[in-house]
Amino acid sequence: MQADPLGVLTGSHFIDGDHACCEGAIAAGARFAAGYPITPSTEVVERFANRAPTLGGTFIQMEDELAASIAIQGAVWGGAKAFTVTSGPGFSLMMEHIGYAAMTETPCVFVDVQRGGPSTGLPTLPAQADMMQVKWGSHGDYEIIALCPNSPQECFDLTIKAFNLSEVYRVPVFVMMDEVVGHMTEKVVIPKAEEIEVVPRNFTHKQTDSFLPFQACGEECVPEMVMAGQGYNVHVTGLTHDERGYPNMTPPVQDKLVKRLKHKITDNAEKICLYEESDIDGADVVVVSYGITSRVAQRAIDMAHEKGIKVGKFRIITAWPFPEHKIREIAPKVKALVVPELNLGQMVREVERCVAGKARTIAVPHAGGSVHRPDDIFKAIVEAAR
Amino acid sequence: MAPKGSVSIVVERCKACGFCVEFCPSKVLALSSAFNSKGYHPPHVVNPEKCSGCDLCGMYCPDFAIHGFRTDKPKQAQTDEEASNAS
Amino acid sequence: MSTDLVHPGNPVEPFLRTDRMPHIWCPGCGIGTTVNCFSRALLDSKADLSKIAVVSGIGCTGRVAGYVNLDSFHTTHGRAIPFATGLKLANPELTVVVYSGDGDLFAIGGNHLIHAARRNVDLKVVCVNNLIYAMTGGQTAPTTPGDVITSTSPYGTYDPAFNLPYLVEAAGACYVARWTTFHVRQIAKSMAEMFQKKGFGFIEIISPCPTLYQRRNKMGDGLDTMKFYKEVSKTKHGCPTSEVGLTKAGEIIVGKFVDRERPDYDTMMRMHLKQSLGEEYIPAEVPQCSI
Repeated sequence: MQADPLGVLTGSHFIDGDHACCEGAIAAGARFAAGYPITPSTEVVERFANRAPTLGGTFIQMEDELAASIAIQGAVWGGAKAFTVTSGPGFSLMMEHIGYAAMTETPCVFVDVQRGGPSTGLPTLPAQADMMQVKWGSHGDYEIIALCPNSPQECFDLTIKAFNLSEVYRVPVFVMMDEVVGHMTEKVVIPKAEEIEVVPRNFTHKQTDSFLPFQACGEECVPEMVMAGQGYNVHVTGLTHDERGYPNMTPPVQDKLVKRLKHKITDNAEKICLYEESDIDGADVVVVSYGITSRVAQRAIDMAHEKGIKVGKFRIITAWPFPEHKIREIAPKVKALVVPELNLGQMVREVERCVAGKARTIAVPHAGGSVHRPDDIFKAIVEAAR
Repeated sequence: MAPKGSVSIVVERCKACGFCVEFCPSKVLALSSAFNSKGYHPPHVVNPEKCSGCDLCGMYCPDFAIHGFRTDKPKQAQTDEEASNAS
Repeated sequence: MSTDLVHPGNPVEPFLRTDRMPHIWCPGCGIGTTVNCFSRALLDSKADLSKIAVVSGIGCTGRVAGYVNLDSFHTTHGRAIPFATGLKLANPELTVVVYSGDGDLFAIGGNHLIHAARRNVDLKVVCVNNLIYAMTGGQTAPTTPGDVITSTSPYGTYDPAFNLPYLVEAAGACYVARWTTFHVRQIAKSMAEMFQKKGFGFIEIISPCPTLYQRRNKMGDGLDTMKFYKEVSKTKHGCPTSEVGLTKAGEIIVGKFVDRERPDYDTMMRMHLKQSLGEEYIPAEVPQCSI
């Protein structure tokens, strides 16, 4: 389906990542946002508050992130595409409702513009230290999808992708930005509405008496969606439930439900995973990075090429589900993988797990607050190539 | 003529709370000595001639296990009367 | 489920998920009675049932969502109101009823309650107040009166309890009433009245929790409590809400306390945006997501 032209600001813009993310949401069809101010994410919803009333949209600033993260889900069940935006401390508050969205299969988008932590940390400075939290932060077993843009252009493009994925898989999808990508101003080209692919919500057309709201359908094993007011008398609960949505708190039902929630993502991981790779063949070292760090890493890779080092690049775009199949493919071909991140070692653990000892895994940690110096990554590449 | 009524009891839903027995204005009901499958004593009608079909028992029941209805009026007339009383 | 459980003559039957009966509430618990009143209120108001949504939180009263045959949402603890706010704003045609307990709405959910009342979001809030956290085994709630034994106040409570109608009126609710589960006709009437009125409406219904509250305090069973309510309740419509606080064994003032006119959030939002943006304003349509 094409994007609604009403929401699409076709043209060339000079805007920052936060603003581009908002435009991506609007282009994807989002017409409801609830938020709470938190640096460095606030501009996303400030722009939405400004734009929404001219597009048939609604914005409400809620009293806290707990309210914002569940208000969007209420709006989804009322028929809207909805999102919320936050950073570290607010993200921590949203954890229970992320689990609720996963359990009730509510399609919605959460944007985390990561900043230095833990706790209040560095409100105005970057980090990439919520990467494990986005996957494991809520209690219980569940899967989510997380995307990492590395430019304002990608903030636009990947936010649309996030909405589309959330509708296909009926899962909360996360856009994991960071303060630099969020606040850097670059050229963002917004295409014409007819060139933007938007996935519509998969509303059921079944009769009310034959519709089971949590019965897996289709190739992806995802139930068809419904909204309040259509006469389906749907029951949605965070308790372990059967295909009717009725609480059924027994081990067999738990097994069936939780495994389906997992498999609908992991079985489709290769379809879902986005990445960028270059110079992998013949490489001695591959640099695995994401977000703003990938841009610094590119500089370090160029420096290494000048020195004749055979180094390849693997940029993670979909961080979760983790691109296991790609790392497993690369590992036996190279001496080492270098993983720079703006944290003290998060995605590198996934890399190491998938490498499974077939090559060295060298972390280039950073406590956050600024981006890496290209030299730090370059030194690690040199060390890895020895 | 005093209204005439009867009750219908879903024995398996009853938890023997005693509300219907206590609040029936005409003392039509009492808890029986029978058991349902959960071990509760459901109510039974002991003074059927006193039942007016007011459905107060039905309104109190937390378990939706009892319902009172008029037996002396056709159902449609009963519904119409209730509707005009409600408005 | 067995067809023995179907009760075709009972007018309340279509409102229930009969395949889930009998429900989990204890013998003598008043929650079922309030649902009975709710069904009758819906019946009397001849509402379009497909446009009614029930949102509940966690707790014994929170289980109401699972038993009503309507679009129903059993959400997280304390957050029924913000979920309901999102639901209502996305589809203003819905009548959104929040049906939850005292702990869920006033402890963990307290912040959301006062903000929704402040905004006057068009929500119909039914709060079944059994003065305790029942589902988890009978702990002290912000509504538990003084000198009451609970599992977390084994020597008796000493922290002051909230006066719910007072709090909700101060926060901005436009309809505030209180009844006990003894007052079945009045509950149904208040509910029907509240459904007709736009804005944040609140009905508190005092209910027995025979298994925990009454048993631990040697106050008898559900029936004894209903008789107690009959004995100590006094109907005082329009009573100042500051005067309706509850004690362990004292008078329970019931009635309709507040019924005032205030524009609801959605109306204010649309009016204001129209004023500010003029022709540029495009109000949200239902549904917002293309089918």
